[in-house]
Amino acid sequence: MIIAEGKPIQEVLAMIAPYDKIIVAGCKGCVTVCSAGGEKEVGILSSALRLARQVQGRSLEIKEVTLERQCDVEYLEAMREYADSFQAIVSLACGAGIQFVAEKFRKHPVLPGVNTQFIGVAEEQGVWTERCQSCGNCVLDRTGGICPVARCSKSLFNGPCGGSKGGKCEIDSQVECGWQLIYDRMKELGQLDKLEEPMPIKDWSTSRDGGPRKRVREDLKI
Amino acid sequence: MKSGSRLEKLLTGGHFVVTGELGPPKGADVAVVEKKANLLKENVDSINVTDNQTAIVRMSSIAVSALLIRMGLEPNMQMVCRDRNRIAMQSDIFGAYALGIRNILCLSGDHQKFGNHPTAKNVFDLDSIQLIQAVKKMRDEHKVLGGDEIEGAPQMFIGAAANPFADPFEYRVIRLAKKAAAGVDFIQTQCIYDMEKFERFMKMARDRGLHEKVHILAGVTPLKSVGMARYMKEKVAGMEVPDEIIDRMRKAGKEKAREEGLNICVEQIQRLRQVEGVHGIHLMAIEWEDAVHGIVERAGLLPRPEAN
Repeated sequence: MIIAEGKPIQEVLAMIAPYDKIIVAGCKGCVTVCSAGGEKEVGILSSALRLARQVQGRSLEIKEVTLERQCDVEYLEAMREYADSFQAIVSLACGAGIQFVAEKFRKHPVLPGVNTQFIGVAEEQGVWTERCQSCGNCVLDRTGGICPVARCSKSLFNGPCGGSKGGKCEIDSQVECGWQLIYDRMKELGQLDKLEEPMPIKDWSTSRDGGPRKRVREDLKI
Repeated sequence: MKSGSRLEKLLTGGHFVVTGELGPPKGADVAVVEKKANLLKENVDSINVTDNQTAIVRMSSIAVSALLIRMGLEPNMQMVCRDRNRIAMQSDIFGAYALGIRNILCLSGDHQKFGNHPTAKNVFDLDSIQLIQAVKKMRDEHKVLGGDEIEGAPQMFIGAAANPFADPFEYRVIRLAKKAAAGVDFIQTQCIYDMEKFERFMKMARDRGLHEKVHILAGVTPLKSVGMARYMKEKVAGMEVPDEIIDRMRKAGKEKAREEGLNICVEQIQRLRQVEGVHGIHLMAIEWEDAVHGIVERAGLLPRPEAN
């Protein structure tokens, strides 16, 4: 899923400073699962904003809403009937959702309430870690199901650099060396020989480097 | 001859080579380069010029390499994958060759987190092994990575690094083998203090016949103090300093620490010369260039041979 974290309250307060009637819109997708922008976080942020504005002696009216998803236009329409009564929308969805709201609600400044971080997993309760950089050209079959692009700090393709020590990465003793993980996994699988083959130079055009990406399924179009 | 560089000539001529290292200044002061270069002159065969090492902004390795050529010295230009994509790197290799640079060392590069611009974006379009492939392709096939023919192929002597002390240990020789397969001509290792582990690494390399495919230069760095030894052991990822070395530095006391550091370095060089497959040393006297002459002399490696 897409992992995000709430922006610091001061940052959100500064963004909404010009307004006194706003919508705080959560999303029931990924940001709910990673506890960054679901119904609960909408409630917490809204209360905090109201309180802060009260201290400033300024009124603030907030419409709290949590949409099914913000990356699908049909769910965004739920805000249409009351949107015109508000001056701005703070979205707690991922960066995609925030942008989609901005596209569909042209008259409203749309403000980010979260920082979108990465595609990752819930390693344990309250701990999320990155797994994928959506490079568009998966090589996990060659690396034991562990991604060198996302898990190696340098996205190296041909094994660990000289900074791998005791299973940790040179950048931080808390960060695992992606290539040590790959090595261990390939060893378990009895496929170390595969790591002797040089990995070809990567075609990054399927990644962000190729420009904004688009996928079309003609058979699904109406 | 692939490049005709002095380093290549000496290595193919069977000489035991000595390479040095010069860290460019954190600014545009040429005098700093000249001062360090003069201390290395006639003591080493070729001088590595680091490429923004530890991700600290310094004078570019190409520019410093060109300055060394002007001084009559031979550079070994380091190039890291951290800061440039394949377009910029290939372009710089053309430029480097045009300026007279004949040796290149292909490296991944230290992560920018360590440097003075930790908020920078990194590149790593290629990795070090893929950079070796790129330089070889330009040199031998006269083509850039994209496949276009090039006008005037850069005839480089291609180097890379090996770190026998990083993990996983068993993979280090595989990585060396991959570099050899990619077309590297010579290897310079990380600083060696754990001689026993390095000898195990070399045995594994010999078992694969790698010592006959590439010239391996063993990295040495004289220790200045017990603090430096401890720092390298504890703080520098991919470094190993045995307790025995730390004890020797400690026992020498503050006054004689440098002298003991030099003694250890000379002993290491003498031991490394006996290791089958080691074709030279890479002497990295970090910010201690004036120690180079004494070390090389005491190790019996002066005068340096002429390259014919």
